[in-house]
Amino acid sequence: MTQPVLSVRNLEVEFVTRRATLRAINGVSFDIAKGEVLGVVGESGAGKSVTGLAVIGLIDPPGRISAGEIELSGTRIDHLPLEEIRRVRGKRIGMIFQDPLTSLNPLYRIGDQIIETIRTHTSLSESAARRRAIDLLAEVGIPAPERRIDGYPHEFSGGMRQRVVIALAICAEPELIIADEPTTALDVSVQAQIIALIKRLGRDHGTAVMLVTHDMGVIAETCDRVAVMYSGRIAEIGPVQEVVRNPLHPYARGLMGAIPTLAGEDKRLVQIPGSMPRLSAIPPGCPFNPRCAFAFDRCRVERPEPIRQGTQSVACHLFDPAKETAA
Amino acid sequence: MLAFTLRRLLQAIGVMLAVGVIAFAMFRFAGDPVNQMVSIDTSAAQRAEIRHSLGLDDPVLVQFGRYFINALQFKFGVSYQFRLPVSSLLAERLPATLELAICATLLAMVAGILMGVYSALRRDTILARLFQAISLIGISLPTFLIGILLIYLFAVTLGWLPSFGRGEVVKLGWWSTGLLTVSGWKAIIMPAITLGLFQMTLIMRLVRAEMLEVLRTDYIRFARARGLTTRAIHFGHALKNTLVPVITVAGLQFGSVIAFSIITETVFQWPGMGLLFVQAVQNVDIPIMAAYLLMVSLIFVTINLVVDILYTVVDPRLRSTVSRAT
Repeated sequence: MTQPVLSVRNLEVEFVTRRATLRAINGVSFDIAKGEVLGVVGESGAGKSVTGLAVIGLIDPPGRISAGEIELSGTRIDHLPLEEIRRVRGKRIGMIFQDPLTSLNPLYRIGDQIIETIRTHTSLSESAARRRAIDLLAEVGIPAPERRIDGYPHEFSGGMRQRVVIALAICAEPELIIADEPTTALDVSVQAQIIALIKRLGRDHGTAVMLVTHDMGVIAETCDRVAVMYSGRIAEIGPVQEVVRNPLHPYARGLMGAIPTLAGEDKRLVQIPGSMPRLSAIPPGCPFNPRCAFAFDRCRVERPEPIRQGTQSVACHLFDPAKETAA
Repeated sequence: MLAFTLRRLLQAIGVMLAVGVIAFAMFRFAGDPVNQMVSIDTSAAQRAEIRHSLGLDDPVLVQFGRYFINALQFKFGVSYQFRLPVSSLLAERLPATLELAICATLLAMVAGILMGVYSALRRDTILARLFQAISLIGISLPTFLIGILLIYLFAVTLGWLPSFGRGEVVKLGWWSTGLLTVSGWKAIIMPAITLGLFQMTLIMRLVRAEMLEVLRTDYIRFARARGLTTRAIHFGHALKNTLVPVITVAGLQFGSVIAFSIITETVFQWPGMGLLFVQAVQNVDIPIMAAYLLMVSLIFVTINLVVDILYTVVDPRLRSTVSRAT
């Protein structure tokens, strides 16, 4: 296997509050290869977005990366000085946020925002950057880009604005795109178009994509691999067909069971009992144990480490060959 | 856009008409001015003659009509105490007040925005906290006290600056300016600080709060994710968004600066309209008071109008909603 574009090892992110230090991300490891789309799913608060922000170095105090390594094409990018990480952002890693309505500065023409970003990262002249901006807008599917480039954000619809945001994210040909719930704020009919666009761009440019979402449909349609997160940990990671069709981790099984299918309209959807623990009250052992139907004594004391199961990797004691011994 | 401007203009005219009625009503309810002008031994015939020469014996409606038509031509009658046309008295005093108000506002805006931006970006530094403390003083200390303290320190104790007046004045046509002479500059420093301090602290606090708010928005986070320089984010994206509400407040405050200049002008014996007004109040010189009222409200209404229009220039979102709404 060639060197992955993004390699995250044992990442820990902490938020220091007056009362306690909360660990939002606890030992997360994953790789994304060139041209690969990794989906990251999980409930709200599972640490999906924080992982994305940690990669691009945008965790604001009181949050901090407390342990682990993040490598981009072989170079460490965690704990870089501000000026160096700034050169990585936008140039080597493009980021797309959830809400395109608020991601663009309302007082600047969209063209000026794109040109500004291009000129920050390249040595193109104003007019060359403008031509490039028009090409980018055309590439992300904005009709009549030479006219729309002088429009203000409020003159665009939500879907069109997300296209502009995507154009901004890819304008310096990044190696990695982090898309943090790029379709959540959009109309259902527009969602598919945006997902298709992100997928096409990733394929055309060989860009690695980290797609954070809680929409399993999007994951199944778009991603090559998927990571299921729970309470700041990766519960299961593997190729998307395997994880969707044959989930191993009890939590992943619960998630997949909660997807409505067109065929089985009469069945009640399976629901996972309880809710995800708050960061301040994560139980010892496996964080999922209070909600897990298969939990046994060891789950309540010892934290499960990832275990390889074929192409998948799952953090669950059920798959440990010597599962009863340590308890 | 044109319809919007026209509608605002009509509203402004409505306000001015209402103020005109109030200004005229002062003539009816502020006592008999003739008694103020004459001594005890003036005969009834002489009083009647003065009354007649000032037009005070005509019916109310006639007086109002005459007042209204004259006001449209900037004729506000004759001052009771100076026996001079009010409009020329005001015109003579206007440059002093405007120069003071403009200097004070510029000072307030420049210092206020700089201090506000600094204390928003470097929130936890000692200097930022000092600015916060100063702003508290500026907001809570009354203007006249600040003026008197400044006079005591810089004029009486140190002797650096004059304690009253405008210094040497140069005539440019009908406009008299103190900004072309050294003594004029020296004279305007303390009044401008006194008058501008409140607005400065107001703007500083507003800029700080707005900037902190803007720095938390998604588009600033996205700008950081795009790898823009901190400088471009803070002084381009954030500052521009911060200044939208600041323009409104600073603009509207310019009206109050002119109105508040009454106190500052009294403390520093600044020969402006405010001082004229205070003297007019002491002498029940109603034509001056009424004209001053009209003038200050005209300034307020004009500023409101300009700010409304400026707002749409700065914020492209308003431009389209405005043209859609009208």
